[in-house]
Amino acid sequence: MKRSLPLLFGYVLLIGLILPLNLQAQEDEDDLMAMLEEMEEEPVNYALATFKGVRLINAHSIEMPGEGVLQMMISHRFGRVNGGAYEFFGLDQANMRLGFEYGIKPWLCVGIGRSNVFKTYDSFLKVRLFRQKSGAETFPFTIVAYSNMAINTLRFTDPSRENFFTSRLNYTHQLMIARKFGERLSLQLMPTMVHRNLVATRAEQNDVFAMGIGGRVKVTRSMTINFEYFYLLPGNTADNFQNSLSIGVDIETGGHVFQLMFTNSVAMSENLFIPQTTGDWLAGDIHLGFNLGRVFTVKRK
Amino acid sequence: MKKSILILSLLLMAVSSLSAQKYLTRTGQVSFLSETPVENIEADHKQVTSIFNSETGDLVFSLLLKGFQFEKELMQEHFNEKYVESDKYPKSTFKGSITNMDEVDLSKDGTYQVKVEGSLIIHGVTQPVSTDGVITVDGGKIKAEATFPIALEDYEIEVPSIVRESIAENISIEVTMNYEPFKK
Repeated sequence: MKRSLPLLFGYVLLIGLILPLNLQAQEDEDDLMAMLEEMEEEPVNYALATFKGVRLINAHSIEMPGEGVLQMMISHRFGRVNGGAYEFFGLDQANMRLGFEYGIKPWLCVGIGRSNVFKTYDSFLKVRLFRQKSGAETFPFTIVAYSNMAINTLRFTDPSRENFFTSRLNYTHQLMIARKFGERLSLQLMPTMVHRNLVATRAEQNDVFAMGIGGRVKVTRSMTINFEYFYLLPGNTADNFQNSLSIGVDIETGGHVFQLMFTNSVAMSENLFIPQTTGDWLAGDIHLGFNLGRVFTVKRK
Repeated sequence: MKKSILILSLLLMAVSSLSAQKYLTRTGQVSFLSETPVENIEADHKQVTSIFNSETGDLVFSLLLKGFQFEKELMQEHFNEKYVESDKYPKSTFKGSITNMDEVDLSKDGTYQVKVEGSLIIHGVTQPVSTDGVITVDGGKIKAEATFPIALEDYEIEVPSIVRESIAENISIEVTMNYEPFKK
């Protein structure tokens, strides 16, 4: 009895030593992983790919070509589908724009384009001010400022009077406020001002204000359904023109984004499709159109 | 008396085991390559964390998928958005061990061929992997290198038919870790 006490003590010690040893051997990989996880800092998680392309439909999206990436874009808007079979549902007429845009920085992009609608040259600047992010830092929206200058190069209607080059200039300033709500849904608000240096009559507005809303629903990994609507704030323009409404799909195939749409607007720059849309959806004044974008990586990382 | 020796020796074993040397890196590198006749897609990651237990040979590493840098911006976006779905599965991890640790003497400079076995998690899918690697000991510094060939299919990463020609079905992942002693 006297000897069994230290013996018992010895057994307890033995078990106490061996047991944790065994456990440790079994759990070591998991222990190491737990240790690793403990050390990891929570990252800042930026919202990625809020939209598939740099255009919603007619309007820009908050997306930009990456730094050192040149994006070429060919856009067509055909005639009105209510032209019937004689006009091949609008395909006999085509309005087009050819454009290039380039990402100078991840947050800065410039672009130029030429469209046959009013023989318009346009140039724009896009600056990302805020990025939607979660994790260690959070911000609910991506906000991009956008300015466009468009030059109408049609011959002056009355060459006999004194005409000014500045009469050809039109400006658009827009703020894009977008949020990616999970994987499927993204929405974008676009308060917009269009300024036209010259308008045809005294009654027409030089400054037109509009509120745009647009978004996308992701259907598959490579396809989204998009919509876009510009509400003209009350005024002469709103009385005489239609709000621009477009519905389309984006199909992404690696380096290409192909956008197919139905829209009541025929022009492809903001100074025209926001305040000068005449098509009425209900009357069938709908145009089929597409944007075809292709990226070229000019400067490799 | 005999028992106390036994107990003492056990105690010593326990102590030596508890002080087992661990090594750490926060700047481990992982790169991968997809090779097709159409194009090669390469990406690398330089902020991989890893811990290595030299006593048991146990080895873990972990990385954030958004940390992979691609040559082309759009590739990076598509990688995260369409393939590994990094918003849903932000991390990729490996958990395993070096099975022939007894052949490695970390106190002696040299190059040791090792066998690595474990499980790799990508895209939320766990798969057993085994491969050969190399441990180089140079002046007390430990460098571990290994290549893991994987099939995208095993990790339920689907490639749409339209881009199937430019993305390889089998990808090789290269891992390079420069470990430093881990002091807690």
